[in-house]
Amino acid sequence: MSTVWIPQVLRATVGGAKQVEVAGSTVGEIVRALAERHPSLGGQLLTPDGDLNRFVNVYVDGQDVRYLQGLDTPVGAGGDVRILPAMAGG
Amino acid sequence: MPKSYADLLREARAQVREVTPSEVDLLVDSPSPPVIVDVREASEWEQGHIPNALHISKSYIEQDCENAVPDRDAPIVLYCAGGVRSLFAAQTLQQLGYTDVASMSGGFQQWKTQGLPWKMPAALSPDQKQRYSRHLLIPEVGIDGQAKLLDSKVLLIGAGGLGSPSALYLAAAGVGTIGIVDFDVVDLSNLQRQIIHTNDRIGERKVESARLSIEALNPDVTVVGHEEMLVADNVERIIAGYDVILDGTDTFETRYLLNDAAVAANIPVVHASVFRFEGQLTVFKPYEGPCYRCLYPTPPPPELAPGCSVAGVLGVVPGIMGMLQANEVLKLLLGIGDTLAGRLLLFDALDASFTELRLRRDPNCPVCSDAAVEARRAGRPIDAATAGADAPFVLGSLGGVGNPPPEARA
Repeated sequence: MSTVWIPQVLRATVGGAKQVEVAGSTVGEIVRALAERHPSLGGQLLTPDGDLNRFVNVYVDGQDVRYLQGLDTPVGAGGDVRILPAMAGG
Repeated sequence: MPKSYADLLREARAQVREVTPSEVDLLVDSPSPPVIVDVREASEWEQGHIPNALHISKSYIEQDCENAVPDRDAPIVLYCAGGVRSLFAAQTLQQLGYTDVASMSGGFQQWKTQGLPWKMPAALSPDQKQRYSRHLLIPEVGIDGQAKLLDSKVLLIGAGGLGSPSALYLAAAGVGTIGIVDFDVVDLSNLQRQIIHTNDRIGERKVESARLSIEALNPDVTVVGHEEMLVADNVERIIAGYDVILDGTDTFETRYLLNDAAVAANIPVVHASVFRFEGQLTVFKPYEGPCYRCLYPTPPPPELAPGCSVAGVLGVVPGIMGMLQANEVLKLLLGIGDTLAGRLLLFDALDASFTELRLRRDPNCPVCSDAAVEARRAGRPIDAATAGADAPFVLGSLGGVGNPPPEARA
C-alpha cells in the first residue's frame, strides 16, 4: 500500500480525505485505482486517453515522475505519492 | 619577579611564527589561503584593511574567534597596525587550541608601504550602525553585507498577501530600493492579511499605501512604484535593473509572463503561492535551477486553481510564505546559505508541516532550455503554442534577449 496525498483543492473529490491508501506497484496502477474509486478525481488527473494531464504533477518519494518513468514509475511498498497542484493565490 | 613588556614581547616572538606582508600576499592566492584576521580597533579598520580579512578586535579575540573560525586547524594570519598586537593575539589563539597561527610582521603599515592591495570598508552612518546592529553582529552579514543590502534592488510583484509581510521585512532589513508593481487599491477585505495597509487607507492605491508604511519603518529605503498591470508590453522595462524579484501575484498569466521575462533577463525570482491552508515556495534561479514552466508546463483549468478571492485563505499563510520569501531574497542578495533553487517547499498550516520536493530543469523547456536561449539570441523566441506549452499568453511577444546565461557565453 502506498499513501497518496491529496491537495486541498482536490479533497472534495475523495470525500475530504487528506491521504488515501492505494495498492499498486506503479504510478499508473495507483492513479487508475484512485480514478476507479473516485471518478471525479480521475477526471482531473487523467486525460480521456489515460495519460496524466499536463497540468498534473505527481511526485513519488519527493521526485517528479515526469523525470522518472511517468505512469510506469515504480512505487515501492509504503511509497509516498503526492499530487501537486499549481496554485496562483498570492 | 614581574615581567616587563620587553619580556612578554620576546616570549611572544619565540612562540609565534611571523610572516612578512609579501609572504601573506602570496598565501592569499594559494590553493588553500589562510584566514586573515585584522585584530585592530574598529576605528583603525574603518580607515582601510586587507581585502577579505575578517575583523576581530584584539579585545574580542577570545570571545569571537571560535565562532568566526570554528576549525582549530585552519591556517590563520593575524595582523595589526605594526605587528605587535597581532603577536599577543596569536598567543591567545594558541592557548585556545588553534594549531596554525601566524602574525604578520610590520602589520598593515608595512603592507600598505609595500603597495599591496587594500580596501576601505563599507561605510554606514552612526544611525545605520545602530539600526542594523543585529545584522552587523552576524559574521555572515556584517558591515559589508549590510552595505550590499542597502545597495540592492528588489522588485515585489504585488503588494498583497505575500508582498505585504515581505515588503515590511525587506524594508526593515535595509534593502535600499524596493520596487512595487500593483495597480490595485486597498480594499477592506485585504486587511485580514495584507498587513502593510491600514484601515484609514482603504480606497488608496496600494503602491502609495505600501510606500507610507515602508517610509515610516525605514527612511533608508527608496520605494519605486509601478502602478500598472504587468503585461507583455511593459514587463521587460519594469523588471530591468532589479537584483531579485519576489513573485506575489495571484494569477497564472502574470506568473508565466514574469517567469519568461525574468529568465530572459537572468534575474532570480522568489516564488510563492497560497491556497486556504497551504503554501508553496521555491526560487527560480535562471539556468541554475528550473523555471516556473519547468515546474508547471501548463496552467490548470480555472476550477482547479481558484484564487484567494474565490477560495479564501487563512491570513497567516501568506504571512508565513511571504516571510520565507523575504528570507530567500536576503540570502540571494547576500550570497549566503542554500537557496530553495531546485527545491519546492510545501507548507500545510493545519498540520504545521513542511514537505520538500525535488525540482528539475526541463531539458525541453520553451523558456530556459539551451535551445530556447539559442532561439532568443537568434531573435526567434520559441512560441509557447508550438512548444506545446498551452499557457494563455504569448512568449514570442518578449522581444529582448536579456542577459545570456553564463554558460551560454562561455
